[in-house]
Amino acid sequence: MKIGILALQGDFRSHAERLAKFGADTLLIKKAGELSAVDGLVLPGGESTALLTLLTPELKEGLAEKVRAGLPVFATCAGLILIAQSVRNPEQESLGLLDVEVTRNAYGRQVDSFISEELKVHNRPPLFTEPAHADNQHEKLEGVFIRAPKITHCGAGVNTIVSLKNDPVLVRQDNILAGTFHPELSDRCELVYKIFFGLVEKSVACHKAANLPPI
Amino acid sequence: MNQEPSLRLKVGLAEMLRGGVIMDVVTARQAEIAQAAGAVAVMALERVPSDIRAQGGVARMASIGVIEEIMKAVSIPVMAKVRIGHFVEAQILQELGVDFVDESEVLTPADDKLHINKFEFTVPFVCGARNLGEALRRISEGAAMIRTKGEAGSGNIVEAVRHMRSMQSELRKLSSLGEEELVNQAKELGASYELVRLVAKQGKLPVPNFAAGGVATPADAALMMQLGAESVFVGSGIFKSSDPEKRARAIVQATTHYNDPKSVLECSRELGEAMPGLEMSTLKEHEKLQNRGW
Repeated sequence: MKIGILALQGDFRSHAERLAKFGADTLLIKKAGELSAVDGLVLPGGESTALLTLLTPELKEGLAEKVRAGLPVFATCAGLILIAQSVRNPEQESLGLLDVEVTRNAYGRQVDSFISEELKVHNRPPLFTEPAHADNQHEKLEGVFIRAPKITHCGAGVNTIVSLKNDPVLVRQDNILAGTFHPELSDRCELVYKIFFGLVEKSVACHKAANLPPI
Repeated sequence: MNQEPSLRLKVGLAEMLRGGVIMDVVTARQAEIAQAAGAVAVMALERVPSDIRAQGGVARMASIGVIEEIMKAVSIPVMAKVRIGHFVEAQILQELGVDFVDESEVLTPADDKLHINKFEFTVPFVCGARNLGEALRRISEGAAMIRTKGEAGSGNIVEAVRHMRSMQSELRKLSSLGEEELVNQAKELGASYELVRLVAKQGKLPVPNFAAGGVATPADAALMMQLGAESVFVGSGIFKSSDPEKRARAIVQATTHYNDPKSVLECSRELGEAMPGLEMSTLKEHEKLQNRGW
């Protein structure tokens, strides 16, 4: 499978390294035309205000069109803010693809950034490869939260997959997986990537079965 | 190297700033302009480097009021500078809640032998370096980000290029050395053997390496990115130019699309006057800010 990573600004390199480690081919994306070559898309963390100025109208439209057509997307931190329905603290423009309200820098400034091992996994979708031994070790995630946002409201079609103290920190809405923490900065987040690979696998298989061209 | 939780968070923020532009600002209004233009962070200052150079005297941490106003005005990370070795200025900035501290040669050094022990802080630090040895010594002290020193406030890119090239070339050389040569190399670089061995193995620094000191045009920013910088600091280059808003946007675009000459051409059009630059030979050795730091 080939995964595109939006590479306008942010930690796209860490995502690329993780994706490659878990066996995916990667493509760094800066232009709208490059979107057609991928089976899935990662929207990495960075600064959402900077990303907004770098997203051209063509790229915005191309991205929205692909996501609406069912392209699996994995958005982290600023990537999530970019596709949210609405953004607070402060209010800012967003693509409105994921039916959540998100509050920026909700835990405070950089000195309040933290790493948590208390993440709880709920009804996760099937993985790309289910582990042979169900010892649950792989379900123990580590969350790296850096000037992180909080999802303050979820629409009806949004399911919480991982939570931290009652706050959703990884959610899914159909083909969209979105988190407030940074799985790309942890050695204990393979599960999150496997969930995303599961969505990509399913999407690729569906299109093949229906004899449709790739998204 | 990146095992300690606190250091992972510090380097993590540096990772988020990759491919972006960090701009020097002296007022809340300038900070808003920088944010609207697409800056990933602002550096809160009382005077930009070219003014510090022109006015002389002792340059210290900016006044709290200026930094606070800038923190209130924007939602992106706010950085601020402390004098080399002045750990109390750093304690104050951490207490204030700034997101990154720059232990900077642009300010007058407070300690002529030692830099701050940056491991003692929760707030991440960025430090300047002219070569690999300097970079590794700063990382050994806990820096979460390295930037080239260049020559701040000069509007002349030549020193930043020299420092970036020197670092890249030394990194390549280090990777080619045998195990038995690394101990001696560590001694020469003045850095720990463990760190030198790690860097030799990975072929790159364990923290992001940004460019600073002399960036005045979109082309300068793209040049530093093509030479291997992972982001760009712009000091006097924006707000000492004739149209800061336009130039700020252009430098942001050029930093993202640095490998695409067509994009860099587009954003280089009609920018007005760049800041006036300084020819290096007109600076005496003691006037060069880059020589500060040990």
